[in-house]
Amino acid sequence: MKNWWLCVLAALLPLQAMALSGEEAMRKSQAAFLYPGKDFKARVVMKLINRDGQERLRELTILRKNVGAPGGEQKYFMYFFQPADVKDMTFMTYKYPAKDDDRWLFLPAVNMVKRIAAQDKRSSFVGSDFTYEDVSGRDIEDDVHAIEREEKLDARDCYVVKSTPKASDADIGHKFTWVDKASFLPLKEEQYDRRGAKYKLFTADEVADVKGIPTVIRRTMKNLQSGHRTEVTYARSDYDLGIEDSLFTERFLRQPPRKWID
Amino acid sequence: MLAGAPAAAELTVAGFLQQNTAFNTGGANPDGQDYKWLEERAQLRLDATSGSWRGYFKADAAYDHLGRGGQTEVREAWADYSSAAFEVRVGRQVITWGSGDLVFVNDVFPKDYEALFAGRPLEYLKRGLDAVKLGVFPKLASFEFVLAPSFRESQTPDASRFWLYDPMPAVTNRETVKPGQGEGGVRVYRDVAGYDAALYLYRGFQRTPSMRPDNLAAPTRITYFYPELSLLGASVSGRAGPGVINLEAAYYDSRQDRSGTDFTVPNSQTRLLVGYQLQPWEDFNLNLQYYTERMHDYAAYLAALPPGFPVEDSQTHTFTVRATQFFLHQTLRFSVYASRNVSNGDSFVNPELRYGFSDRVWGALGANAFGGEPWGQFGQLAQDDNVYVQLRYEF
Repeated sequence: MKNWWLCVLAALLPLQAMALSGEEAMRKSQAAFLYPGKDFKARVVMKLINRDGQERLRELTILRKNVGAPGGEQKYFMYFFQPADVKDMTFMTYKYPAKDDDRWLFLPAVNMVKRIAAQDKRSSFVGSDFTYEDVSGRDIEDDVHAIEREEKLDARDCYVVKSTPKASDADIGHKFTWVDKASFLPLKEEQYDRRGAKYKLFTADEVADVKGIPTVIRRTMKNLQSGHRTEVTYARSDYDLGIEDSLFTERFLRQPPRKWID
Repeated sequence: MLAGAPAAAELTVAGFLQQNTAFNTGGANPDGQDYKWLEERAQLRLDATSGSWRGYFKADAAYDHLGRGGQTEVREAWADYSSAAFEVRVGRQVITWGSGDLVFVNDVFPKDYEALFAGRPLEYLKRGLDAVKLGVFPKLASFEFVLAPSFRESQTPDASRFWLYDPMPAVTNRETVKPGQGEGGVRVYRDVAGYDAALYLYRGFQRTPSMRPDNLAAPTRITYFYPELSLLGASVSGRAGPGVINLEAAYYDSRQDRSGTDFTVPNSQTRLLVGYQLQPWEDFNLNLQYYTERMHDYAAYLAALPPGFPVEDSQTHTFTVRATQFFLHQTLRFSVYASRNVSNGDSFVNPELRYGFSDRVWGALGANAFGGEPWGQFGQLAQDDNVYVQLRYEF
């Protein structure tokens, strides 16, 4: 009798050792979504649509360079094309894993580079439904993660990971992320507010292969409480272009080389 | 970094149509009109790039309904050449040193104070300078050399539109003498332990004029002139706690009156700015500044000052705050700027509400309120309070 139970246990043990933890699933998801390639460039069009259908457009080029391993430090450089009152503005961020970003803004009308306060990562990015955290990643350590279940989303096998903020005074609630088992990209995310009501819905609407790396080239963030949504399209995207560290300096913030912003 | 396949030539054309009105709330102008500003303006911007070259042209055409009539202005017109080792820009260009908020410590370049006080869009606070700017970027630090062969003054408010302090109002015979020489400077900047640090050197002239009567006892003519000025300054900017700190200091060397015995020329002075910027909650930004000016050779200043002239303090302390809150997905912006010189009571308050009706059209409604002693920088404008409207269509 005992032997039989021992055999079953022995057979089960390797399965337990291979199962993914919620935290590991989220780390791999961030690595696939925000860190692939040594660097990245995309021409991004963001449509901000209010509940009446009125649209505003934000068009920019985003450049990203990883400084080290996935989950670590990154540098971002953004150049704005639209709307007219932010055209030619450039914005640079040094993102650090466990502390606040360093941010700079270049204002062409007065030819001034200024450093800007970057404390609130939950602030909206250029007025869209995406926050800075949505764009550059929320620290994995800030939440407790657990794989709730596995299910199919549009014929793709996914882990459904529940993330709950560790801080009791966090101004957001929990979220569910559908992580694609094959690519580890987040295909859907349901965010809840502090009271447990549905707040925002993220969907990866189109995933394409760019230089062999699965990339979300169309995505939407909907604010379910206000009815406002943001649709983001990568008109062009590319990886491993050999972006030099020297791009992320005041010199090129003022005068970005054409080849990097087209 | 800059090498690569030759890029095709590229030209972008853009511009705007704008209406700008500022209505007096404190009484009529000296010329009797009820507006500080009433104009329609069109701007055209051409931006051309070809390989290592770039050309930029920005010009305005405006119609002023308060007596200035039709006007044109070339705001910027420059050509850039960039190589890996250096960048050079020649032409009329806007240059800004330091990052004070309406407090200028190291920014010695021409400004338009009339634009600030008349409720014009903030970009009009800066005027272009006809200069050559050369940037070189060795590993030690980056250098920005500026050389301007001719002098361009800051625009001060027009005495027919703005009530200003005038120590000798009876003298109507006035002339202006501008420096015949050019000016130059250099900014050296680099990152130091995560902070943006810079050193500034400038040799040139004050941008706002001083007044010299031909005869102090019985003046019949006043000459406006621009005293010689040299500057040595520094700035540091970077993260401090949850926000960003901005420190600036400068020594203003009044070259033509180092002893302080010429009352018409400002004495040498030291300026210090401590600024702190933070974002306490989403879409809300707060910028706090402490600014102090210390006059050197104060005893000589007092001895040389003629009777009847206002006596300035040897050191003044000013606090400013700018609070900005965004609403409606950052399409609505409410901001308030307030400045108070606690030493002499000089104050300036500028609240403004700005809304983007669409991606192409925005409008702003604001007010300018001035207070203090009649000879103060803002106090002299106490009767010039106004409410303004800006409306712009961008194309």
